[in-house]
Amino acid sequence: MTTEPAPDTVTAADPHGDVAVDRRELSAELIGAAGDATTAAPDVAEYALWLGDDSLILAQQLGRWISYAPELEEDVALGNIALDLLGHARSLLHYAGSASGRSEDDLAYWRGESEFRSAWLFEQPNGDFAHTIVRQLIAAHYLFELYSRLTASADRTVAAIAAKAVKEVDYHRDHADQWLLRLALGTDESRARVTVALADLWPYVDELFHDEPLIDRIPDVAVQPSALRWGFDQAVLPVLAEAELEQPRGFSSSGGGRRGVHSEYLGPILAEMQVLAREHPGASW
Amino acid sequence: MPTPGDSAAEVWPLWEVFIRANRGLSHVHVGSLHAPDAAMAVRNARDLYTRRGEGVSIWVVPAAMVTTSDPDAKGAFFESSAGKNYRHASYYTKSEGVKHL
Repeated sequence: MTTEPAPDTVTAADPHGDVAVDRRELSAELIGAAGDATTAAPDVAEYALWLGDDSLILAQQLGRWISYAPELEEDVALGNIALDLLGHARSLLHYAGSASGRSEDDLAYWRGESEFRSAWLFEQPNGDFAHTIVRQLIAAHYLFELYSRLTASADRTVAAIAAKAVKEVDYHRDHADQWLLRLALGTDESRARVTVALADLWPYVDELFHDEPLIDRIPDVAVQPSALRWGFDQAVLPVLAEAELEQPRGFSSSGGGRRGVHSEYLGPILAEMQVLAREHPGASW
Repeated sequence: MPTPGDSAAEVWPLWEVFIRANRGLSHVHVGSLHAPDAAMAVRNARDLYTRRGEGVSIWVVPAAMVTTSDPDAKGAFFESSAGKNYRHASYYTKSEGVKHL
């Protein structure tokens, strides 16, 4: 992640032949890493960590679909969504780390399970394709509401990250909407599976909109999670209605991801994600 | 239980994809893809063919709707124009100042 050839090292033997390829530093795509980079205040860093962890864990989950999706085209779609989310995570974790002198890699690969702040929805298993689509439906609509509001954040870096991310998650929610309709209104098998997936994942919705004391300390920078619920419902419930699916009621997970309390699923995800960095400390890729 | 995709009936239909790079240019065929329906084909095309900023507009057409010339009849179909150089404008001189002829 950290090393790209410097612009002047690739000259005569350009591997791309006649095709002109812009040489870009990966770090140049990190919002907040440019010349006017700012250091996050501690509370803002913690907030960036929450959001960065959500995206990082979901990206890691979605990446596991590559070569397993129902069709090659869906491999690419889910892979692209994973890469978009990884991009958001990189910028957010880079900014979060600026408060404590840690890099995005330090935060991604050298924190234990109890130090992660992601909500439980994002670490739920891929399950079958219906489970992944329902998880995407909830995640993408939540993230769209969140980033739409954060574009007006008083923190310039947070606002800039949100402005880039909101366009991407807008596409993610369209992808999830389209698939939810097709699965729910498709065959008996696909409808049965998506109904099960909705019942399995809906308990994790409430945690996303649960207010936390941290937000009260940075009201101009962050957005109260509970304030996002109305917009989420306005967007998701009509899709469920069009898909002729009932909104599940009843059991709601207590969650606890923002306090570092996680379900049994986060540990194995981190083990897989972190093994290379921990096996070869200091390696770059 | 059969695996999804086992039966031929489950294979998504093929779509031909056309991308317009810029306003004013025509849509150009860029390739094909599989998708369950037209709306998803446009989205898959966006993922497969426009992720590097290639296009401003996408058309998809069911591959089954494309009628082609017969590749085996190439000779009879295309070569009749050989030896008819008068069909080309190469005998005319270009007027000065005409840039895009």
